[in-house]
Amino acid sequence: MLDALILSRIQFAANITFHILFPTISIALAWALLYFKIQFNKTGQIEWSEAYQFWVKIFALTFALGVVSGITMSFQFGTNWPGYMQTVGNIAGPLLGYEVLSAFFLEATFLGIMLFGAKRVSQRAHTVATFLVAFGTSLSAFWIIVLDSWMQTPQGFEMINGQAHATNWLEIVFNPSMPYRLFHMMTASFLTVTFLIAGISAYRYLRGINLAGSRALIKLSMTVAVVLAPLQIVLGDMHGLNTLEYQPAKVAAMEGIWQTTRGADAVLFAIPDEAAKANKYEVAVPKLASLYLTHSWDGEVQGLDAFPDTHPPVKPVFFAFRIMVGIGMLMLLTAFVGFYLVRKKHELPRWLLKTLSVMSFSGWVGVVAGWYVTEVGRQPFLVTGVLKTADAVTKLPTNMILGTLVMYLALYLGLILSYIWVVFYLARQTGPAKAADDARPNLVNRPIGA
Amino acid sequence: MIPNLLEPAGWLPLFFLVAMGIAMVAYVVLDGYDLGVGILLNQATDEEKDIMISSIGPFWDANETWLVLGVGVLLIAFPMAHGIILTELYLPVGIMLAGLILRGVSFDFRAKAHLSQKAVWNFLFFFGSFLAAASQGVMVGREVIGFDSGGLGWLFAFIVALCLPAGYALLGAGWLIMKTSGGLQRKAVAWARKCLWLTALGVGIISIATPFFSAEIAAKWFTFPNIFFLLPFPVLSLACFVLIDLNLVKMQRDKPAPVWLPFALSVAIFVLAFLGIAYSMFPYIVVGKMTIWEAASATDSLWMIFWGAIVVLPTIIGYTIYSYKIFWGKTEPLSYY
Repeated sequence: MLDALILSRIQFAANITFHILFPTISIALAWALLYFKIQFNKTGQIEWSEAYQFWVKIFALTFALGVVSGITMSFQFGTNWPGYMQTVGNIAGPLLGYEVLSAFFLEATFLGIMLFGAKRVSQRAHTVATFLVAFGTSLSAFWIIVLDSWMQTPQGFEMINGQAHATNWLEIVFNPSMPYRLFHMMTASFLTVTFLIAGISAYRYLRGINLAGSRALIKLSMTVAVVLAPLQIVLGDMHGLNTLEYQPAKVAAMEGIWQTTRGADAVLFAIPDEAAKANKYEVAVPKLASLYLTHSWDGEVQGLDAFPDTHPPVKPVFFAFRIMVGIGMLMLLTAFVGFYLVRKKHELPRWLLKTLSVMSFSGWVGVVAGWYVTEVGRQPFLVTGVLKTADAVTKLPTNMILGTLVMYLALYLGLILSYIWVVFYLARQTGPAKAADDARPNLVNRPIGA
Repeated sequence: MIPNLLEPAGWLPLFFLVAMGIAMVAYVVLDGYDLGVGILLNQATDEEKDIMISSIGPFWDANETWLVLGVGVLLIAFPMAHGIILTELYLPVGIMLAGLILRGVSFDFRAKAHLSQKAVWNFLFFFGSFLAAASQGVMVGREVIGFDSGGLGWLFAFIVALCLPAGYALLGAGWLIMKTSGGLQRKAVAWARKCLWLTALGVGIISIATPFFSAEIAAKWFTFPNIFFLLPFPVLSLACFVLIDLNLVKMQRDKPAPVWLPFALSVAIFVLAFLGIAYSMFPYIVVGKMTIWEAASATDSLWMIFWGAIVVLPTIIGYTIYSYKIFWGKTEPLSYY
């Protein structure tokens, strides 16, 4: 039952799930740090310097976890999926190459200066280094999303002797799903960090640590969230419509629609049954799916029966989609309520602070669920229409893969728990007030750009 | 076996072989010294541990990135070989990655977690560094003999697995001699001497074993006039070992000696060993099975990445030098502000 294919898939899923947690935070947190730094340089308010000094520690930790888990990814293409590079290496290779050359080095090198160089370089050089780290991190995300999107909606190539050869690099980079996936993911990263900052600040506020600073960060996060949460829902909807056009089988699995119908129902909840090709315990709103997918009450929506052998497994896609949407709705609600209360009330209600701190890592759940929708939804293909996952897998003995899988899982579980534990441990520290003294002359005396 | 090098299909794979070589050497030397510092960590007192970690703090992220570039070039330019090599090296790669993950995160956790846990993270930093170095040793050992599946082949791989950590520790000790002072520096001199001989043993064994496992490689080295041109390799390596030892003895006797010399000469040893291995293997990427031209990607794809590489690689080297200049001189305690 546990063959090389399923074990390799579990292993790759485990690695990439573990990996994506950390870039999701570091992409947006790098920009947040740049914002804190510029605000402090402009206003001289100590809250901004404290915010920088607190969050840069979490950034360093997050970045380290992202780097080491990212190295794992670059090896797994070869160790577990040799057929992948052998078939589409001519296209995936250069895209990954540009990621490493243009982004990975930029972020890793200037990170040293950003973290430890504040006293050794000018204020301007330090701000530039912070900017380059943020820019490099986002650029890295761009290239990886280009590659993933090309695997979802490939174009700009021809097949010669079973190998993909590029014919048009612009078409490859700007493939149909790339812009939607890029903006959806970048916004997801910013929302994750917004709720992380709000959550940890609420946790600190509840413990009476750095009240003014914590409150300022809660206010800032809620102001950003009230814009981003609705924006993300709009972006997600556009992404979905793009998927409907290019990967209709994925949408059918997301919606749990088994038969091609006019006036399809929107399934709110059900338990899809692959054997019976039907939903159990279905709760649905009549005709709604046709409305939001085709913008007509009687529009035709293709069901899974239109793709008999090439549709993804329904259950994981169906449930992951609902988890992602659920987190999105929860964030939307929290953002509006939080934004209102932070503006109106002088004393923040405890239930709001508790809710926010419980939601500190809620972005992770949404992001992972979203990636499961799009990646499991691409199955049985590794590259849509070009290469099946089963044809790319390694021929290694299963017990070897099982051995490394167990090792990775134990390592990842331990590290995720340590990470969350250390973030809350750092949050409980009463703040770097003393250490900030020797930083202040360096930070205050020179305005930005001097 | 070697196609027309004036055609792009001939020289582009060669260009990427050189690029991969540069990335590999950069990785081995740069991450080598910070892995080496990790391997030596357990020998030091708690205060010294902080200084040792501080000395590599600003660099280790970027140092490891060279590994991604090295394996990246393999993936990009030689996709046919990437699958074969990494499948053959499945277990050591897995263990190396676990080691790199452990040490990378321990670096940050040890400074941020509660003090009572610091010892655990220190140990994991050492353990991860050793694990990564040893599995890289296995990988080198397997690769240079073309994945020979006999018992002798594995024995050879395990000997290299012990000598490569020693080589990294030599680099690490050389780094500490440059970057620290006082008691820690004295300790580093003693560590360097111990590691020097294990490293020499490793280099010697690789030099003898590679021709032993492949008649083709033996023919390359031991025929006239090749042997005449190649003689400088072993002679220069030997000279480096002797000079390092003389230098270290001077330091132990408190006589004036340049602090950068042990590190610089250790780097030279690694570069010479690498060139020797590269000469033995060329033009194969999998010894006896696949040449670089057989493994290369489509010429169009190589062009696409070639333009990027010739613009970006010098930039990367430029800002890497800038970063080292900023943290030049003796190590100071790390702080984020």
